[in-house]
Amino acid sequence: MKKIRLLLVDDETDFLHAYTRRFIRRNAEIESAQSGEEALEKIEGGRFDVVILDVMMPGMSGLETLRRIKALHPELPVIILTGHANSKALIEGMESGAFDYLLKPVGTDELYFKVLDAVRARRLPSD
Amino acid sequence: MTDTSYTRLRLSLMLLTLGLSLVPLFALGFVIDSEFRESYGDKLTSNLKLVAHNKADALDVFLTERVVQLEMVAGMNTLDSLSNQQALELVFDTVHEASPSIIDLGVIGQNGRHVAYSGPFDLRDVNYKDEPWFHQAMLKGLYISDVFMGFRNFPHFIIAVKRREGGRTWILRATIDSDIFTGLVRNVQSGASGDAYLVNREGVLQTPSRFGGKVLGQASLPAYRPSGDVDVVRWTEDGTELVAGIAPLAHTDWRLVVIENQQEELSPLLRAQSLIFGLFLICALMIAAGAYLSVGSVVKRLQKADKARAAMDAAVVQSNKMASLGKLAAGVAHEINNPLSIIRESAGWIRDIINDGELGESTAVDDLQEATSDIERHVERARTVTHRMLGFARRMEPLQEDVDLNMLARQTVSFLENEIRHRNIEVECRFDQDLPLITTDANQIQQVILNLLENAIDAIGHDGCIEVETRPGDGAVVMDIADSGEGISPENVSKVFDPFFTTKPTGEGTGLGLSIVYSTLKKLGGGIDVRSERGVGTTFTITLPLVHVSIPGRQEESWTE
Repeated sequence: MKKIRLLLVDDETDFLHAYTRRFIRRNAEIESAQSGEEALEKIEGGRFDVVILDVMMPGMSGLETLRRIKALHPELPVIILTGHANSKALIEGMESGAFDYLLKPVGTDELYFKVLDAVRARRLPSD
Repeated sequence: MTDTSYTRLRLSLMLLTLGLSLVPLFALGFVIDSEFRESYGDKLTSNLKLVAHNKADALDVFLTERVVQLEMVAGMNTLDSLSNQQALELVFDTVHEASPSIIDLGVIGQNGRHVAYSGPFDLRDVNYKDEPWFHQAMLKGLYISDVFMGFRNFPHFIIAVKRREGGRTWILRATIDSDIFTGLVRNVQSGASGDAYLVNREGVLQTPSRFGGKVLGQASLPAYRPSGDVDVVRWTEDGTELVAGIAPLAHTDWRLVVIENQQEELSPLLRAQSLIFGLFLICALMIAAGAYLSVGSVVKRLQKADKARAAMDAAVVQSNKMASLGKLAAGVAHEINNPLSIIRESAGWIRDIINDGELGESTAVDDLQEATSDIERHVERARTVTHRMLGFARRMEPLQEDVDLNMLARQTVSFLENEIRHRNIEVECRFDQDLPLITTDANQIQQVILNLLENAIDAIGHDGCIEVETRPGDGAVVMDIADSGEGISPENVSKVFDPFFTTKPTGEGTGLGLSIVYSTLKKLGGGIDVRSERGVGTTFTITLPLVHVSIPGRQEESWTE
């Protein structure tokens, strides 16, 4: 199976690091971005299968980043992570085209399964 | 505001209203009364003056007539002709016919002796030579005497006119019955205690006084300074206020005294006064009653409004408290979630390494694995807390479904059956069988009931009773959950819905249960109340609307982004 290419976006380095090393063990290619702007740049530069996006970030907000990603790459699945079970933000995120959401703290495996779901869902229509 | 301050407000409003209406009323009354009294008094005085003046004029006219009559008789006859007894009789008859008050006529010579006399008395031999009036008449030509008894022994007075005829001087003298004055004066006497009489300059009565005595007695008049016109004199006699109009006569130094009883004359005024007083009293009473009633209703309304506002303030304070604590809880939870993620993922990474066999197999690796599990387990525990805190601050949109509260309550009680049996607690359900369905979120209501039942079980501990009752309310349904626990102390009752308030030992309760219940019910359009009595137990009463129409955006107000 082809390696899954992930982009993990969160403003905290340790957070990125903790997940990155575990995803690498699960045979995924993972890159990280610390802000919405960086994420958009990386998406332009390389082809990702799934984006995992934190909603709460300084600078460009997660929801804004999501909208921009969706504007450029509507087919790219984005899973949103949030520390808030805030219905308003979640509904907005889902309405803006997020594939699904998970509440922090989330386990790598749980997140990985969701990523696999997203990849499968993406492939289905094109296959 | 306390009850005392309402009483004070009521009092000051009453005083203000009464003051503002009664002061002008009484001022008006006082002015009217004093003006009326003054003008009435003036009227009485001027009336009295007029009466005295007119009567004095009449008396003057009378005296003038008599004098003129005598002067005519003296002027038209000679001494010789009048010395003739028969001629004098004839003249006297004519005069007496014209003026019956003239009761005799005498012609007196220069020597004081009667030349002729016509009248009912035998006075022919009387010599007036030494009488003072004789000298006066001889000197001045006219003399009017005071009333006296004289030789005739009844009250009378004389008028004497002098006639000079050639070398001879003689006097024509007439006796006038002073009864004529008594009659003239008496018809002035007014009322039950009015009086009128004539006095001479020494205050000797010339006519009888109604109360003051007979003729020639001393009149009881106070001293006053005569002005030449009618004088008004006031004094008090035996407690009665008297007022006298005193008019001087022109021909003599007599004075006409007309006395009135002040009180008697003022009695119409007193009647009017008492009428006015009564009227004003009625007005004052009506004003007082009106002020009492209107102020009472105003204060009552104010009290009601204040009470409503206080209740609203309390609700606003409670909801603000909830909102700010919600924000705080959400912020804290969010800040903790990232570190928790990192801790768990770091532990997970260690587990990954162990699972991949990179560390081989040893007791140390087993210990490491166990430690990793511990970390993961406790992170999970912490996560539960943060999620509950987040859940307190905000939860998902409530669902709208038809809910049978009775069924929901029965089901929730059944969840706790083991616990209840184990603790020997009796649960008594009194459900209203006709309870209407409500449109709300069943899961959240179930959480609320579960939370309240758990609290009730905790409050009882062992051996007790929980009563669950449902009943319809006003556009709502009501549920009571009462426990037979030891109750909540009065100082804590108001705090039970505050977040983080707990009486349980540290670590056993988050203090969020009831505040979540509170905010959940608020969000569903309902409410919760608590009543507790030490030693008897606690009752939570929840109210849920039959239908709750949620306003979009409104519930999110207190939520954090």
